[in-house]
Formats: sequence, C-alpha cells, structure tokens
Amino acid sequence: MSIGTMEDRVITLADAIREGISESFARDNSTFLFAQGVADPSSMWGTLKGISERFGDDRIIEMPVAENGAIGIAVGAAIAGQRPVISFHRVEFALLAIEQIVNNAAKTHYISNGQHSVPLVIRLVIGRGWGQGPEHSQSLEPIFAYFPGLKVVMPAFAADAKGMLISAIEDNNPVIFIEHRWLHYSTGAVPDGHYRCPLDGPKVVHEGTDATIVATSHSVLEAVRAADVLKEVGCSVEVIDMRVLRPLNTQPIIESVRKTGRLITIDTGFVHYGIGGEIVASVSSAAFQELKAAPVRLGLPDHPTPSSRGMIAGFYPDAQGIVRSVCDVVGIDDVRRDAALRSLAERSKDLPIDVPDPFFKGPF
Amino acid sequence: MSNIATMVRSQDVTTLGTEQLADFYKKMLRIRLVEEAIAEHYAEGEMRCPVHLSIGQEAAAVGVCEALAPSDKVYSTHRCHAHYLAKGGDLKRMFAEICGKAAGCVGGRGGSMHLMDIEKGVMASIPIVSSSIPIAVGSALADKRMRTGKVTVAFFGDASIEEGVYHESANFASRHKLPVIFVCENNLYSVYTPLHERQPDRPITDVARAHGIKAEHADGNNVEQIFQVTSEAVERARSGYGPTFLLLDTYRWREHCGPNFDNTLGYRSEAEFESWKRRCPLERLRTQLANDSILTSTQEDTIRATIAAEIEEARAFARSTSLPTPQDASTHVYA
Repeated sequence: MSIGTMEDRVITLADAIREGISESFARDNSTFLFAQGVADPSSMWGTLKGISERFGDDRIIEMPVAENGAIGIAVGAAIAGQRPVISFHRVEFALLAIEQIVNNAAKTHYISNGQHSVPLVIRLVIGRGWGQGPEHSQSLEPIFAYFPGLKVVMPAFAADAKGMLISAIEDNNPVIFIEHRWLHYSTGAVPDGHYRCPLDGPKVVHEGTDATIVATSHSVLEAVRAADVLKEVGCSVEVIDMRVLRPLNTQPIIESVRKTGRLITIDTGFVHYGIGGEIVASVSSAAFQELKAAPVRLGLPDHPTPSSRGMIAGFYPDAQGIVRSVCDVVGIDDVRRDAALRSLAERSKDLPIDVPDPFFKGPF
Repeated sequence: MSNIATMVRSQDVTTLGTEQLADFYKKMLRIRLVEEAIAEHYAEGEMRCPVHLSIGQEAAAVGVCEALAPSDKVYSTHRCHAHYLAKGGDLKRMFAEICGKAAGCVGGRGGSMHLMDIEKGVMASIPIVSSSIPIAVGSALADKRMRTGKVTVAFFGDASIEEGVYHESANFASRHKLPVIFVCENNLYSVYTPLHERQPDRPITDVARAHGIKAEHADGNNVEQIFQVTSEAVERARSGYGPTFLLLDTYRWREHCGPNFDNTLGYRSEAEFESWKRRCPLERLRTQLANDSILTSTQEDTIRATIAAEIEEARAFARSTSLPTPQDASTHVYA
C-alpha cells in the first residue's frame, strides 16, 4: 500500500473507519450519522465507539428500525445541503431500502438535470463467519454496482478504508461503502489526522508477471496470501484490489492482463452475475488477443449460505482455491502446486473455518 | 363510506379578504385551464409522456401552497401539475418539460411526473407512491438542524398511507418534531381501486394520530378551509411543535393517467362522479364571489382570456424550443 508507512500507527480497520468518521465530522458540521443502536456496546465492530459522546445525539442520530425511511430521509437532508452517513449492520437490511437507494439516491442528480446533488454515504457490512447463515452474511455488492449514479467502494486495507471513507463523506454523490465484517479485525499502518484516498479505481497491491488476480475487499487478502506462497514456488502473481466497483475503471486491470496474459477474478459473492463477470467481459473485449488462457471466475456457488460449518468447507474461495486456480491457468506442475499448498496449510494448521484467520491481522 | 368527509371541521375559519379569495380563484382557474389545455392538445402527439391530471383537485394545491412562504418547500408525486403551479412553478418550462424539450424544468429528463422548480420551492416530484414522503421529512430534518425556519410539505394521495415508508417517515417526523406537513389528498381511488377495497373502515386521521401527529380533516374542495388548516399547521411547524397531517377529501375527474374521462369503464358510477362535480372547488368559490359581487362575468371573462393567452404563449414556447440531444442524456450522472 502506498498509504501508510512504517512511522504510522498500526490500528484495526474498524478503528480506521472510526477515525475517518471523526475526522470528517470534526471538519464539517453538516455531517450527521444515522444508525440503529448507536449506543450498542458492540458499537458496530468498534467503528462507532465513543462517537456519540464526542459529537452528541444531534449529530449521531438513533434511527428507528426503518431502513427505507432512513435512506429517504437522508436523501432529503442531503438534497437540502447536509452530508448524512448511514450505517447498516448487515447488507441485507439495505434490501429494505432498495427503493430509495435506486430511485432517489442514485437518480436525483440526474433527473434534476444537475440541480440537486445527494452527498450521502451508506455503510453496508458484508461477510461471513460464525454460522450467520443465509440472511446475515451475504455479499450483495453487484446489486448496487448495477446502478449509474451510485458510487460503490470496497476497501480492503485499513489506511485505504479511512482515506476512502473521508473521500466518500466529502463526495457530492451517494457512495455505497461496503465493509467486510472480518476486515474490521485486520490491522494496518494508518496515518493520523485527515487525509483522502481518491475513489478512483483499482490498484496493484502485489506485483507479478504470470497472472492477474482481481479481487475485492476480504478476497484481496486471500489473493495476497496465495500470491505469497506461489512466489515461493516461482510463480509471479499480480494482485489487483478493485477498491471501486462504480464508476468502473478497468484500465489498470486491462494493462495488467496485457502484461500477464491471464486473468482470475474473485467475488466475495456469487460467481454468476457477479463483479468478476463484468471484469472478464471488459478485459476480454479490450485485450482478447493478449489472453494466453481463458479467464477464470472464483466466488460463491449457486446456493444460499448455510449456517453450519459442516456445509461451508470449500464454500468460500480461500487462498488454497486461489492457488489451485492460478496453477491451472498458468500451467504450474503438480509438484510445485502441492508445495505451495503445503506451505499454506502449514500457516493455517488447526484453525477453524468460521472465524477470521489471524493471518488477516496484518499489517499490510 | 365513513372515510369521507364525516368529520370535516365545521368551526369558523378566519374570514379571508375578498381580494385574497379572488386571487385563490384565479390560481385555481389557471391550474384548471392549463390542464384542460393539456387534455385538449394531448392527442396532437407533442406531449409524449404520461400525464396525471389534477382536474377537480385544484383547491388542495392552492389552499396549501397559499399558506406557505415562498421559501417553504413542497415535494409532490406523479400528479404534480397543480402543486407545481400553485407553488409558483414556471409554466413555460412545465410545458417544455411535458413536450420533452431541453428548456423543460428538468431538461426533458423527467416529463410530466418529475416537475420541479427549485427557485420556487418545488423541490421534486417523484412518481413512486410514497417515495417522496421520506425525502420531504429529510428536508425538514435539514431545516431543523440548520434552523432555517422553513417548512416542507409532502403532498400524496390516499394510497400512500398504505406504504410502509409513509409510516417510517411519519414516525421519525413525529419523534423529532420536524417542520413537515403531510397533505393527503383523498380522491377515493388508487388508479381504479376504491379506498374501501384497500383500507379498513376507519378514519385516516386516526392513522396519523397513532404516530402522535396532529391530524385535521378538511373539505378538499374548499380552498378557504384548506388555507385555514394549512396556516395552522405551518404555524405549528415553525414554532417547533412538529408535523401535522391534513386529510383533504377531493375527487379526480378524469382518468388516472391520460387526458380523458373514464367513467365508462365502470369502476365508479356516473352518479358518484356527478355528485363530486357538483362540489367543484372552482364553481363553489365562483358562486360565492359572484354572490358577493366580487367577481362579475365580465371580470371572469377577462381572467380567462389572460390565462388563455399565457397558456398559448407557454405552448408556443414549448413548441419552438429544441429537443435535447443523445449527448445530453449522459450528463449529470455524477455530481
């Protein structure tokens, strides 16, 4: 990561998000936050810890359990010149608000012929783990990425999360800010104070020449982990952190694939109709001649997420699955592949599959 | 049907000056004539978008908007022509919008269902039932936070209170005592479906009161009474006492969407239609003004001629200006 240096403090991504909110709120009185359970001791993975005490209940507003209303009210306030931030504890709750998000948040600027703008941030939590099952652990980012007028961002690293959140709050558009719940525990070197990370698109986070992996959010960490062990066996993988799903900027991805000739995408959600499908289509259209192998899409299989840990083995595209896919696409022989897999297994020996792997603590 | 006009306030309203009443009449007549012009010329094919006419419902728009200050705001629905005009929306830009022209109030992006004139406080018209209600509440939240003293009106129809987001918005507005007025024009039908098929037999005002919101029931065809109840609601809102819900009984004369009458479809009876026509909001005020010798037939003719000329000018403007281009379609996606 270009943001964050050895001199910076190492903090969790959850703390980085809290700092992003605090920095923005301290600078601009037109900001306010809606959430359910602002006084909840868990404070949304710590991202809202102490926020109420610092900014007061005029700025940190307890939202009734009414998601569509909350988004509509926030859109109305944004049109009137405020900068609301809304936090939902699970992406699923945003489904109750899809009408306001799609019809009003996304389209008001357009329909008004540019007369209104909607500076609004909607924080949504996706993810996995601890048996949360089919309606508490989905990754639904493609739904939001579908709509022109919305910006959709998915930070993977703590420093980026803070800088992107500040940029999102200062942006004059509705920004869907998607946080993977396991990333809240990850750590990274995060600069102090106010800074912005532009909402400008993908970044190379691990350089390589044999294959390009395009991933989002938590999957970026799995991909980096796979790239690390593949490097040990002489396979050089470039990992691209998507960061911004919309507006879609495929240029850095196309440039990378022109170099590597191979493309693997990882969705945190379903493979079908996912982000990967869009990336594969864009890259294939732009750089068909330079592809040395058919692109591969990884992601979730075509069924809902079961609660029992007995059923989720192999459900998520983890580093092992990524290593296998890269070896297939690049043509790495079984001996080198198995060596890479053994190296991975050694690192995550005896760990349960339903809690965050300590690997993801970082710092990155 | 017990939902209708059984509990309309009967107490005396403050007597309005005759000049003001005559002005209300002119404003209602202007809306009526604009919409009749739309209906008359619709078949010519220049207005190529759905139109939801407010003919028969003019009193609600004028009575409410006249009680507002110019800086106050309104949010409307698919049936927005009357609200737009009553709040001062530009007529030329309205016709241009309905004709899909670049000079339209939103550049031809919305058509008849998306009229807005921000300068006049017509903030937006949103054609998804109840979708504009939380937006109006958010507007009121912003004004309360910024202490602007402004009031926001959410116009909607009787079906809107069937939507969940209405209740979400009302609950929040009441909890935070926001300066918003919920104006429910009960025209008895959601498209072709009568109220009694959609809602239980109970006063709609009780639904508002259940959210702790003061509710008033007025004759939606009596502009004076509407002005009165709205003025009180505006005063309450500005004084920090929070929202008011106004139930205004009225009737849509023409089809849900389009320029024609549709009684032949059989979803409502000719007798019902005629009974509401007899309660025409314009006719009642015209009679009153004529009886009081405030409005002579010569004056009426002069007013009509002036409005007709304005409409002709607006239509000519809409005809003469250019269509937007395909290049225009991709601008303003992001601010």
